[in-house]
Amino acid sequence: MKTSHDRDLIVIDGVSHTFATNSGNLQVLDDLTLGVPENGFTAIVGPSGCGKSTVTRLVAGLLKPDSGTVWLQGEKVTSPRATVGMAFQNPVLLEWRSILKNVMLPLEIVPNDLNQAARETRARDLLKLVGLAGFEDKRPSELSGGMRQRASLCRALVHRPEVLILDEPFGALDAFTREDLWMTMHRLREEEPFTGVLITHDLRESIFLADEVIVLSGRPATVQYRQALPQRGPRNLDQLYTPEATEMLNILREQIRIARESEDAGA
Amino acid sequence: MRQIYVPLLAMIIFLLFWEALVWVNDWPNYKMASPSDLWPAFWRFKGLFLTYGWETLWRTVVGLLIAIGVGVLLGMVMGFSKVMREGLYPLLVGFNAIPKATVVPIVALMFVGQHDLNTVLIAFMISFFPIAVSVSIGLSTLEPEYRDILRSLGASQLTIFWKIALPKTLPEFFGALKVAVTLAFIGTNLMEIVSPHGRGLGALFDSGKTNSDYPLMFAVLIALAVLGIALYYVVVVLEKMFAGWAERAPD
Repeated sequence: MKTSHDRDLIVIDGVSHTFATNSGNLQVLDDLTLGVPENGFTAIVGPSGCGKSTVTRLVAGLLKPDSGTVWLQGEKVTSPRATVGMAFQNPVLLEWRSILKNVMLPLEIVPNDLNQAARETRARDLLKLVGLAGFEDKRPSELSGGMRQRASLCRALVHRPEVLILDEPFGALDAFTREDLWMTMHRLREEEPFTGVLITHDLRESIFLADEVIVLSGRPATVQYRQALPQRGPRNLDQLYTPEATEMLNILREQIRIARESEDAGA
Repeated sequence: MRQIYVPLLAMIIFLLFWEALVWVNDWPNYKMASPSDLWPAFWRFKGLFLTYGWETLWRTVVGLLIAIGVGVLLGMVMGFSKVMREGLYPLLVGFNAIPKATVVPIVALMFVGQHDLNTVLIAFMISFFPIAVSVSIGLSTLEPEYRDILRSLGASQLTIFWKIALPKTLPEFFGALKVAVTLAFIGTNLMEIVSPHGRGLGALFDSGKTNSDYPLMFAVLIALAVLGIALYYVVVVLEKMFAGWAERAPD
């Protein structure tokens, strides 16, 4: 099984996981196997509560799988590692720090040979890249939701992680802000290549941002459907409204419907 | 400017009203002292007010500092461990439910003659509870994403506490400290009043009572109010320094 993913940077190999809850055991993942190549960007979609977030926590090393293995750069993941950056739906910025200091936080924890000035330059460059130049000294409470999420992306990338894990980072934003951030994501990927996993429930978002979309089945989740997306050069939002994109969306929507039915049948 | 003269004006109106009330009703000194009686009382005992005021102040502050130490420690233990929270919380609630006025004579008897010790002890006992509760709630309600952000970078528990849990709890902590500082002050005075041959403003109050010196008793009340306000604002200034970020800018 593993051989097929030998060249992938992230490999999830036959992973099953069960949570103990008050109402008994809840199996969320069942023999899940998938890989993300270096500098690839994979979107994972699926019915809500199917275990998508569990996948991110496994890749980040925050959670150990009951069985199966997670590999990063050919190494078994058993604990958190500094080569990972994370962003969630909640931007979780530290209210007592300025935006600049928030972005610099990982550099205070991850071992690195940057001095204070270099760290600051690095954070300022990233903030500029996402359009937050001039907001470095503001507090998070002074920024809009979209701006806070931009800062959160900068914090996830500031220590140049190999892997960027995004868990519904744009889920709480309004449609226009979300589209702005999609464009920002493309700009970031051009400037700062990374290997990414994006959890989302927005099918448009998945096909606009990712190189591959994976549909997870209902709980316990396993890979139900995977679709590689053609590389399309520079992106713009019009590409979401072409016949090809609409066809793709319909296929994915149908797959989600099947996944939800499998869940209902199981429950 | 307005922030100074509005409270000042309110205070003057209050004093005038008080003076007028005593004057209109023609109350004698032993029934109700008027503000104009207070200054002579202060002047007559000015030395005692200074030394006893200092006694009351340092006992309150020491009691409060111990309460902060113990309260923060208990709060941390309860905030980080669910088992400890389940075990300690009922004990603390039970202890807090006992009116401290009833504990005062017990402590006074236990450490009879040791005024400093038992006064500090009561100030501590009465004031650590809100601190412990606020710190434990602040820590246990820390959103898991905050922890994950640092944990995914390989941060230790200590780093997570230092960089996130502690600063995030500061606003709750200072809220509790404002309550605790008033409580500690009550504790100190309870003990000073009850302790025989005690010192401190409470003892001065008690001697005023014994001698039916009403102006002195009222003067002590005013002195206590001044000390209480001063302590409270020290906490406010500290809060602004360390947790000012929690204050939203007015829209």
